[in-house]
Amino acid sequence: MEKTASDEIVEVQDLYLNFYTYEGIVKALDGVNLNIKRGEILGVVGETGCGKSVTGLSILKIVVPPGKIEVGKVTFNVKGKSYNILDLNEPTMSKVRGRYISMIFQEPRAALNPVYSVGYQIGEVFQHHRREEIIKTVIEQLKGEVEKTSGFKRHICKIQLSLYERMLKNPKSLRVRLALKTPILKRFQNRMKTEIRNRTIELLKLLRIPDPERVIDMYPHELSGGMAQRCVIAMALVAKPMLLIADEPTTNLDVTVQAQILVLINELQKELGSSILYVTHDLGVVAELCDRVLIMYAGNVVETADVMTIFKEPLHPYTQGLLESIPRPGKPFTSIPGVVPGLINPPPGCRFNERCKYAMDICWKQKPKLVEVAKDHYVACHLYSGGK
Amino acid sequence: MKKMKVPERLEPTIKEIKFILRRIKDSPLSLAGIALVSAFIIIAVFAPVLAPPKPGFNPYLIPSDPSLGFRIEPSPPSPNHIFGTTTAQRDIYYACIWGARWAFQIALEVIVATVTVGIVLGLVAGYYGGFIDELIMRFTDIMLAFPGLILAMTLVTILSQVNWQTIDAVLLSIILIGWPGYTRLIRSEVLRIKNEDYIEAARACGASDLRIMLRHILPNAVYSIIIVASLDFGSIVLTTAAMSFLGLGAPLGWSDWGRLIYDGMSFVSGGLRWWWSWVYPGVFIVLFVLGWSLLGDALRDVLDPLYRRK
Repeated sequence: MEKTASDEIVEVQDLYLNFYTYEGIVKALDGVNLNIKRGEILGVVGETGCGKSVTGLSILKIVVPPGKIEVGKVTFNVKGKSYNILDLNEPTMSKVRGRYISMIFQEPRAALNPVYSVGYQIGEVFQHHRREEIIKTVIEQLKGEVEKTSGFKRHICKIQLSLYERMLKNPKSLRVRLALKTPILKRFQNRMKTEIRNRTIELLKLLRIPDPERVIDMYPHELSGGMAQRCVIAMALVAKPMLLIADEPTTNLDVTVQAQILVLINELQKELGSSILYVTHDLGVVAELCDRVLIMYAGNVVETADVMTIFKEPLHPYTQGLLESIPRPGKPFTSIPGVVPGLINPPPGCRFNERCKYAMDICWKQKPKLVEVAKDHYVACHLYSGGK
Repeated sequence: MKKMKVPERLEPTIKEIKFILRRIKDSPLSLAGIALVSAFIIIAVFAPVLAPPKPGFNPYLIPSDPSLGFRIEPSPPSPNHIFGTTTAQRDIYYACIWGARWAFQIALEVIVATVTVGIVLGLVAGYYGGFIDELIMRFTDIMLAFPGLILAMTLVTILSQVNWQTIDAVLLSIILIGWPGYTRLIRSEVLRIKNEDYIEAARACGASDLRIMLRHILPNAVYSIIIVASLDFGSIVLTTAAMSFLGLGAPLGWSDWGRLIYDGMSFVSGGLRWWWSWVYPGVFIVLFVLGWSLLGDALRDVLDPLYRRK
C-alpha cells in the first residue's frame, strides 16, 4: 500500500512537554515524533516515567497542570482535512474527545465515577456524542407508532414527535429547553433514555459482558477488575472512535483476564477498523497485539519499526537491553545497568549515554536524530547516523 | 441439573436505605438526635396550633398578658402561662414555641446561603486552581483571621448604623462569617476528587468543565457538605442566641431564645427566685443544639465512607 498523507490518522511532530514542579522543570517530552496509520495498532514501550502516558494525554490535549505542552504539532486527519489539535479550542476539543479519539485508562475501577451506575456513565457518552443519531431513531419509531395507534395515544405521539424533530433541528430552542425542565413534560425524554439503554446493553454484549441487563445497573464497586475494564472500554467505544489510546489497560489485571481483554481489543479493532495507540511496558503484549512498535526512553523516541523487526533486529542499544531483560528460563537474569536519569537536569546529548555500553564522545555532545536505516525502521542513535 | 436459586438483587437505593436504617437503629445516640430534631420540626410546623398568635399581630412578637399588669418582675408558672412569664408579662411558653420556628428559619436561611456561596467558590477555586484559587483562598483566609463572633458583632453594629433591621444584620453577618468554612471544605474535596482517574476519563470522553464540576465532582463531595451542614445547624442557632444575649439581634419582645435569656439575665441575680425566666429558653437551646449535633454524628456514621463500614 502506498503511503499517503491521509493514511496517517495522527501525526505528532517535535512535541516538547514540561512539568513545572517545585524541584525544577521536568523535561518530560523532548521532541517526540510519531505517527499512527489508519487501522494499525501502535505499541508504545518504555520504562516508567519515560513519557508514554503523557504522549497519549497530549494527543487528547488533557495534560493537567503542572504539565504544559511547550511546542509541537499534533496533526489529526479526519474526513480528508487535517487539524492541529494543539490549536483547537476547548469546545471543539470536547467534540473530538470521545468521538474521534478516546482513551482507556490503566486502573479500570478508578476510571469509573463511584456515585453513578455503569449504565448512566456509558449513557452520558451516548448523550454527548451520538445524540442526533439516537433522536433520529426515536423519530423513526414515533412515526411508526403514529400510523399504528389512534385516539389519545396517537396525539401524545404526535406531540413527542414534534418535540424530537425540534430537538434535532435546533437543540437550543426555547420550547425544547422548557420541555426538558417541566416536570411532567420532560418525561418525553424517556423514549430517548430507553433507546440509549438498549444501545448500551448491545454495546456491553459486544464486549462479552455476561448478563448485561443486570450489569448496566451496577455501581463500579460491584464489578470485578476485568468487568470494570470492559465497561471502560465500552465507554471509549460508544462513538466508534478513529483512534483509541489505551494507557496500559491490562497492567492491573491478572493474566487470564489480561488475555481476554487483549483478544477483545484485537477483535474490536478488526471490527471497527480503529487505530490503537497501545501504551505498555510489557513486551509480551506488544508481540501479541501490535503491528508497529515505538520505543521511548526518557522523553525521546529512540526506535520505531514494525513488530517483527524490533524483536529480530533491534538496533538501538536501549532496545537491545530491553529485549535482553526479558526473563527466560535457563538464561541468566540481565538488566540495563544504571537508572533512568532525572529529567530536571537530563544529561547532555543522548539521554541514554550514561547507561550505554557503546557511548562515544559525540553522544555527550549532540542529541541523535531519528534516521531511517531501513524501510520504516527509524533509530535515534549515533551508531547508525554515521557519527555525524 | 438442578437450577440454582439466585438471590434477588435488591435495588441499590433500597439496599442503601435498609443499611442506613439498620445503622441508625443500632445506635441510641443517633435515635435520640433524630427524635429531638423531629420533635423540634413538629413544634415549628405546628406553632400556630400549639400557641395561637393574636390575629393581626406579627406572630413572632410575644403577646403580653395585661391581666397581670405591667410589672417588671416575671410571674411564676400558672395554668394560663405554663412556663410563666418574663419581664413585661410576656408568655414564655409562646416564646419558646415560636422561637423553635424562628430558629429553623434563621438556620435554614444561613445554611442555604453559606452552602451556596461555598459550593460556587469552592468548586471554582479547587477546579481551576492557579490565580483564581489564590485570590479566593487568600480572601477566605482574611475572613477567617478575625474571630467570628467579634467580626459578626462589628458588622451588626456597622449595618445598624445604616438603618438595617438588627435581625437582618445578624443573619447577614452570620452568613459572612460562615461561608469561608464551606469554601475551604469544598475546595479540599474538589482538590482530592479532581485528581481521580474518573475525572480524567470524563474529560477524555469529551465532558465540559461545567459538566465535570457539577455532575462528576459535586456528587462525590456532597456527603461531607451534608454532614458539616447538619452539625452547623445547631451552632448557627447558638451563635444567634449568643448575639441576642449580648444585646445584638432580635428586638425586645421577639420570640428568640437568646433574647429571652437576655431578658431573663437581669433576674439571674435573684438566684432561683425567677428561675423560669431563663431556664426554659436555655433548655430549648440546649436540646436543639444537642439534637442537631447528634444528628450530624449519625449522618457521619452512615454517610462517611471512613466510618460507615465499621
